[in-house]
Amino acid sequence: MSAVVAEHEHDEHHDHGPQKGLLRWVITTNHKDIGTLYLVFSLAMFFIGGAMAMIIRAELFEPGMQFVDPQFFNSMTTMHALVMVFGAVMPAFVGLANWMIPMMIGAPDMALPRMNNMSFWMLVAGVLLLASTLFMEGGAPASGWTLYPPLVLQTGAALPFAIFSVHLLGISSIMGAINIIATIFNMRAPAMTLMKMPLFVWTWLITAFLLIAIMPVFAGAVTMLLTDRFFDTSFFDAAGGGDPVLYQHIFWFFGHPEVYVMILPTFGVASTIIPVFARKPLFGYSSMVYATASIAFLSFIVWAHHMFTVGMPVAGELYFMYATMLIAIPTGVKVFNWTATMWKGSMTFETPMLFSIAFVVLFTIGGFTGLMMSIAPSDFQYHDTYFIVAHFHYTLVPASVFILMAAGYYWLPKWTGNMYNERIGKLHFWLSAVSVNILFFPQHFLGLAGMPRRIPDYAVQFADWNMISSIGGFIFGISQLLFLYIVIDTIKGGTGEKATDEVWEDAHKHGLEWTLPSPPPYHTFTTPPATVPTEHI
Amino acid sequence: MSTNNAYYVPHKATWPVVGTAGLVIMLAGFANHLNGSPMGSAWMILGLVVFIIMLTGWFTLQAGESESGMYNTQVGISYRMGMMWFIFSEIMFFGVFFGTLWYTRNLSVPWLGGEGIGQATKELLWPSFDAVWPTNGPANVGGEFEPMGAWGLPFLNTLILLTSGVTCTWAHHGLLAKKRDQLIKGLVATVALGFLFVACQAYEYHEAYSEMGLTLGSGIYGSTFFMLTGFHGFHVCVGAIILSVVLFRSWRGHFKPENHFAFEAAAWYWHFVDVVWLGLFVFVYLM
Ligand code: HEM
Ligand SMILES: [Cu+2]
Repeated sequence: MSAVVAEHEHDEHHDHGPQKGLLRWVITTNHKDIGTLYLVFSLAMFFIGGAMAMIIRAELFEPGMQFVDPQFFNSMTTMHALVMVFGAVMPAFVGLANWMIPMMIGAPDMALPRMNNMSFWMLVAGVLLLASTLFMEGGAPASGWTLYPPLVLQTGAALPFAIFSVHLLGISSIMGAINIIATIFNMRAPAMTLMKMPLFVWTWLITAFLLIAIMPVFAGAVTMLLTDRFFDTSFFDAAGGGDPVLYQHIFWFFGHPEVYVMILPTFGVASTIIPVFARKPLFGYSSMVYATASIAFLSFIVWAHHMFTVGMPVAGELYFMYATMLIAIPTGVKVFNWTATMWKGSMTFETPMLFSIAFVVLFTIGGFTGLMMSIAPSDFQYHDTYFIVAHFHYTLVPASVFILMAAGYYWLPKWTGNMYNERIGKLHFWLSAVSVNILFFPQHFLGLAGMPRRIPDYAVQFADWNMISSIGGFIFGISQLLFLYIVIDTIKGGTGEKATDEVWEDAHKHGLEWTLPSPPPYHTFTTPPATVPTEHI
Repeated sequence: MSTNNAYYVPHKATWPVVGTAGLVIMLAGFANHLNGSPMGSAWMILGLVVFIIMLTGWFTLQAGESESGMYNTQVGISYRMGMMWFIFSEIMFFGVFFGTLWYTRNLSVPWLGGEGIGQATKELLWPSFDAVWPTNGPANVGGEFEPMGAWGLPFLNTLILLTSGVTCTWAHHGLLAKKRDQLIKGLVATVALGFLFVACQAYEYHEAYSEMGLTLGSGIYGSTFFMLTGFHGFHVCVGAIILSVVLFRSWRGHFKPENHFAFEAAAWYWHFVDVVWLGLFVFVYLM
């Protein structure tokens, strides 16, 4: 054996397993290793961001100031959002992309393996810079995750760190996205034509395009914040001829597509899971592809629906109102297709399917509130209230996060070779599904009654629903520990039952990954597969 | 060794973490420097050095691999896609600043002057503000200044960059036709013109600051002028450095007509920088 190890340095092409020791994880270029790194990292961030949410809900449990001072409260809402968006949800989907895309399209690895490693470490660096601001003079940024000037320019020592953190996160996302596009366009098995790709791959292709288009825009916006604060420029200062509203336009030109960055891969995973458990092909495969593409296109031309109250010209209000409503069409196509896929299917309700069905139902609620807010005159009432908080949490928690859970349950047996504990999985699902509604549904009422968002104290009329919401929040938070337990337990052997190659009944007809052993060897598809499954189409 | 039909998948990569460490040290140092910490700039320089070491090491590794024939056509396509999408991200980055210029010139400055939705703003806040471009805003931020004209140095710079685009293509033809001499001459000319451009730009900045009262602090005109031309100038520097590396490699006998990704990537980048300049010349200097 030692001869082989010594030779290792010289013969890089020798087919071999992972490097020994911890260094493996630092210098790895293997898509499965990097996928694992991303997923573990995002799970950790999910709990850190979750802890911040618990602080928020504890403070809002009752009217009056209980636990934290207002400045810190605002830091918590800001950091919670930034950590969840950039640290938890986005990296989790990149992790899934890394693990699954090469295996789904029959590629030996990602197209640019070294850059893949760098994307991950840039992410860690960015999040570390961001986290360091919690300990700085003046506290972490407290302006809300949108970082609007002039307020954000009052941040203390944290400001340049937060800005550079955005730059690093942007570089990380762009490198990751370039890699995904190059992989999908250039590394598919010859039999895997574009319109045979699993929808997860399609949605990621389009998401990656969005990322490359928008991350530089956010980088540009925060760069102007930096120069306005430190280098005398007047981009967002009317006295010098600039305009603070300009920042909002640029931010939301990034920000609206950004929310689709989090939801499109969600759609992709849902479209991958639902057919397997409904034992039917996906209904309307090609319409799913076109709907995804049109959502992505529309996402670039609707941004100012976040700014109905800034004092835009009426023509602008009307344009952005109608354009936003258009998004409901492709979104509706998708919801219809998922439902039609389940229609008359012989369904079984394993944990991944439960989470996916809950996603379809609860995401639709978020979509509907979105539609309500797209009506400009109505949005004058909803804007900056808890109604929005309810809206986007419905689109993010019981949608993106639920689907991430579903993906975890769905692919964990493939990744680890062990079955997870279905009983605890179902318990996790039911606790989450019930508590998430106790947590967020009352926030609609609070918002409609006029409770502003990002506020540590409130009028007593809002007391009851806030208390209920907080109770839901605590149950939801604690329930997620079950997921942590299941992940660790499954890695260590789970129920003791070994996962078969296809794991789920007939899954091998739906995706190439199920034709591989569970767990798959370190290198897969070093030669492309001759045929590809097409049951998902 | 690699056969020509296997996709090359490297198994270990040490440069990415080194580069990340360099970058984060540099940025944290810069942030500390901005916050007034005396050690900030030292960390910044340290980070920059580490980052440059990473670039040198990583590119040397890649160049060696490329020359030893480890990359097949498919690998080459991945690299080309990578470069194309990287340039696309750069276009979006410049788009932000061009968009800012457009928005301020056509919307927010006229509003400040009382047009459209800005009537009340004008009457109540800045009744005497005359909204004509170029402006440093109703508060005359940064004091009187003279705007930068188009037909002096900027026009010369346009000619310089356009010529450098031609010499770059001429070098490429040399490479394709296996005329190493033409390749090297063309690259030398391109790099020289690139640095000449930067020198002119530096002189222009010097004039602006010392003679014209035009600084980064000259309200929105100064902000957009220096942000756009500054980021562009930085990109010209980077492009010229990349081309210098390509020149060095050409001189060492690298590149073949059918395998010269680094040259192509550098040339694409150079043309991109060129096109951005044309945009600047029209929208920043001329209009
Ligand atoms: C069905 C399509 C959707 C429509 C029509 C829609 C519409 C809107 C509108 C009009 C607002 C602005 C409300 C205001 O500030 O007054 C908004 C806010 C928001 N939406 Fe949506 N939305 C949709 C889907 C989504 C999805 C899928 C996500 C995320 C995955 C999402 C995430 C958000 C977020 C994060 C905000 C608030 C941002 C903030 O101010 O911090 N939305 N949405
Ligand atoms: Cu939006």
